[in-house]
Amino acid sequence: MIKKVVKGFVIIFILLFLYLPILILAVYSFTDATQLGAIRGFSLHNYVTLFTTPELRNMIFGTIVLAFFSAAIATVLGTMGAIGSFYSGKHVSSAISTVNQIPVVNADVVTGFSICILLVVVFGISKDTFVPLVVGHVTLCAPFVFLSVVPKLKQMDPSIYEAALDLGAAPAEALRKVVIPQIFPGILSGFALAVTLSLDDYFVATYTKPATFDTISTYVVNATKGAQTTIKTALWALSTVIFLVVVLFVVLMNMQANKEAAERAGV
Amino acid sequence: MGKLSFSRKSLGIPYALFLLLFVAAPLLVLIYYAFTNGQGQFTLANLTGFFTNPNTLGTLCYSFAIAVTTTAVCLLLAYPTAYILAKSKLKAKSVIVMIFIMPMWINFSLRITALKEILTLIEGNLAYYPFANAVIGMTYDFLPFMILPIYNTIVKLDESLLEAARDLGANETEAFLKVTLPLSVPGIVSGIAMVFLPAMTNYVVLDMLYNSTYIMGSLIGSYFAAYNWNGGSMIALILLAIICLFTLLTRGAEEEENPRGGALL
Repeated sequence: MIKKVVKGFVIIFILLFLYLPILILAVYSFTDATQLGAIRGFSLHNYVTLFTTPELRNMIFGTIVLAFFSAAIATVLGTMGAIGSFYSGKHVSSAISTVNQIPVVNADVVTGFSICILLVVVFGISKDTFVPLVVGHVTLCAPFVFLSVVPKLKQMDPSIYEAALDLGAAPAEALRKVVIPQIFPGILSGFALAVTLSLDDYFVATYTKPATFDTISTYVVNATKGAQTTIKTALWALSTVIFLVVVLFVVLMNMQANKEAAERAGV
Repeated sequence: MGKLSFSRKSLGIPYALFLLLFVAAPLLVLIYYAFTNGQGQFTLANLTGFFTNPNTLGTLCYSFAIAVTTTAVCLLLAYPTAYILAKSKLKAKSVIVMIFIMPMWINFSLRITALKEILTLIEGNLAYYPFANAVIGMTYDFLPFMILPIYNTIVKLDESLLEAARDLGANETEAFLKVTLPLSVPGIVSGIAMVFLPAMTNYVVLDMLYNSTYIMGSLIGSYFAAYNWNGGSMIALILLAIICLFTLLTRGAEEEENPRGGALL
């Protein structure tokens, strides 16, 4: 009995630690308050500011576009790399896997800084072209796509591909109709991971982004140093919106998983 | 057949080139810059400068202290949590685990903003406890990365091993210390790797909590701001060396799967 209480206490304590700050801020985002303390009147002005200030809107929109764009490139590159390396010889395959591991274990600060040095300082590519930023984010994400596709290739039954060839499919066709569908879950989770990595990134963006462009992370970090309270409290609203989107996403994913489990049980 | 397998292999060429150009080449350039001065002449001044300057050495020690403390605190909080979750008999276990992982998907800068408001409310002025705030901030940011790998190892443990231990006369504590704990080491090591390295370099968390000057990552930032590519490259290289060393040390014991990737389930 006592054990159960202690266990419950630990779980609740950790959950409070993880969620209380976000939830408190969510409550305050619906008020006039400019700092935590006594709650004053209910107000939606933070949400109005969030969605009507061009600066904030551009920053949110830019972050999302950047995330999906770089994740798409990273997914294509990483998937092709995984397939290519899987069917290559031992040496080539292990060389690719080793280099692939570098951005995974490396600190994002070092990744961002080294790409900035190469592209901006050595090659003289202007940051305003967005090339360094996109390259940086693709470098950050593609290795994770690679890592989520490789296990699916390993699980695949190689004889199916050969059967397709025996039945007259061209290699490219067999790849498209047989291999891709089987590794698709890996590609999809790689893409999702790439999007979240890009959305969360601060370091690569800060070393490679154009001066006039901000992602949510770089914007928020700069804004917390400034004294502009309307922006500060509008960011509370943003944090609440993102929190709700994440919750919604998790609930949907969970429902989907339950549905699939039920279908499997039905069969 | 030779021609067919060639077409599959060749799919890897763009990615191999990409890795060469944007992963390998930047590191080579980094090494070049670290060992040259502004005029492109070979020099060890950047290296010796780092190890003779009390500021940079102090920063190394301070960020090491922050990283060690953060890792220890994360481990102390995450292990019981992961253990309780893994052993619970609830049906909706995966949902509950998801709740612990979910903060990872909320932009970290916004979460740290939230934490900062709370800490300001409690402490009044964040300048009073810079070290404690740094550790709290990092723990808040990285805790899920410690919970997940430990949970994954414990949940996969073979229950019959524990039964065997009990049959052979071990009490609960002994069974835990001699069976569960040793077998969860791979998860622990994985979690430590996921927390320690970012805690050494993630200077934004500190920056946002009003104390930016004493951590390795921020040194790169300061050289970057001063357009001192050579000094910055040397710091980056030293960080990389620490990361390599750490990765080699933890490699043997680590969980196979990648924790950052595993986060997506």
